[in-house]
Amino acid sequence: MEYINKQTTKQKWQAYKKSPTSLLTLIMVVLSAIITVGVLLLLLAYILIKGIPNLSPQLFAWEYNSENVSMMPAIINTIIITLLSLVIAVPLGIFSAIYLVEYAKRGNKFVSIVRITTETLSGIPSIVYGLFGFLMFSVYLGLGYSILGGALTLAIMILPLIIRTTEEALKSVPDTYREGSFGLGAGRLRTVFKIVLPSAVPGILAGVILGIGRIVGETAALIYTAGTIPDVAKSAMDSGRTLSVHMYALLSEGLYTDAAYATAAILLIMVIGINALSAAVAKRLTKR
Amino acid sequence: MKQIKEISMKILFWLATCTSVVAVALICIFLFAGGLPAIKEIGVFDFLFGTEWRPSNNIYGIFPMILGSIYVTAGAILIGVPTGILCAVFMARFCPKKLYKILKPSIELLAGIPSIVYGFFGLVVLVPIMQDTFGSGKGILTASILLGIMILPTIIGVSESAIASVSETYYEGALALGATHERSVFRAVLPAAKSGILAAIILGIGRAIGEAMAVIMVAGNQAIVPNELLSGVRTLTANIVLEMGYATDLHREALIATAVVLFVFILIINLSFSALKRRAK
Repeated sequence: MEYINKQTTKQKWQAYKKSPTSLLTLIMVVLSAIITVGVLLLLLAYILIKGIPNLSPQLFAWEYNSENVSMMPAIINTIIITLLSLVIAVPLGIFSAIYLVEYAKRGNKFVSIVRITTETLSGIPSIVYGLFGFLMFSVYLGLGYSILGGALTLAIMILPLIIRTTEEALKSVPDTYREGSFGLGAGRLRTVFKIVLPSAVPGILAGVILGIGRIVGETAALIYTAGTIPDVAKSAMDSGRTLSVHMYALLSEGLYTDAAYATAAILLIMVIGINALSAAVAKRLTKR
Repeated sequence: MKQIKEISMKILFWLATCTSVVAVALICIFLFAGGLPAIKEIGVFDFLFGTEWRPSNNIYGIFPMILGSIYVTAGAILIGVPTGILCAVFMARFCPKKLYKILKPSIELLAGIPSIVYGFFGLVVLVPIMQDTFGSGKGILTASILLGIMILPTIIGVSESAIASVSETYYEGALALGATHERSVFRAVLPAAKSGILAAIILGIGRAIGEAMAVIMVAGNQAIVPNELLSGVRTLTANIVLEMGYATDLHREALIATAVVLFVFILIINLSFSALKRRAK
């Protein structure tokens, strides 16, 4: 079979000579793939090459002032906001997914409403989230510009992502696992926590890491919820800018191009690391 | 005892599931309650079709921003969709397995790059190039190109899985009738993946119209009706980000109303996306 389908390069060329449109399509298809990858490489190379030489020790000073425009407080704030959002969104997301996959009956009206709302949530632009967070958390609940308000806003934003990836991970656990557990006399709850969840961990983890990536890269949802104070937040009620917001602030002040290059390089390196980690975790999932 | 635990945990899971429903309800309530009074005070027609946005004179017409969002999104679609679909075809049907292992993570990385970094890239690379070639750097064209790049991963991801899910028999049948590989893919496989690809385009439109930070850096942000491809524009998203920081009273409410308009756009796009996805199944 393999042998019959094999064509020599010469045969292929003859076929293309007969239909030049096919050759043209081939060229277009290959060209657009090259353009896509080319743009990515150009962006990475440009920002890393321009940014890394601009990294200096004073950019990582513990205290921010307008002399050193340190990004260290912003990095610490990013970590705090990420952890806070995950603490809120991950349990909620995993529990929702457990309900949707393990408990809800098929064709349930409630489930289809939940589906529509999670799809809606994942399509809402981040600036709309930012405005909602500002109106609800900062103004209505009186949190002001605070890390907590920002984290709550981001938690809602990444919730659909966590639900969807957890759902997929749970669905990929074979039903025989569940049947085996039920057969040994375990209840539904025990089956979920002792059998299904442990085998779904890599898939859930890959989703959580993707969520971290979205939090780290988010700007529009944070400007009016967590604010733009360039110092480390002392408590959850203090305002503090994350690294992406820091970068926006540098650009809108327009004085610190070198620092902006350096910040962009750090952001890119973080995103590359997060993506690699997520891919590595997901790979472990498919291997088993 | 065991029974109580089972039931209480089930209720807990159900409550967690309610979060997303409650979140959507809250978003609707806060946005509409914050924005609708302003639309009423300004007047629906004056607000949506007024061509002047001058907060200092209490004139709030967002027509320039609506047009700006539509122009920039249309430009992004014109640039991003053909490139994205062809790239998806390459990944699903042309690419050797080894190359795929490099391509797929690259596309995922493209999706993961923060929008502010895209904006910065546009500002320091695209804008000077446009300035040199056309004499004007920030504007519709520059924003369209940048957004076209940003929606690539969305379009590629969704349409690639749509193409890959078409049954192999379509391809083999066309091949057996004597069509070349390219012809089989484009005439037999692609039409079968039509609704999936359309869904990809709609998702791309949603991404483009909702993007804020990257557009602000390269669009020029003048709140006037644009009259040519190179003139500066302000999108709905940019309007909110730029002015929310210092806006008060009716001005602030008008900005929330801008978000309401954007939100309605997104809801329409989302609904058509889910309708298509259901039809694709």
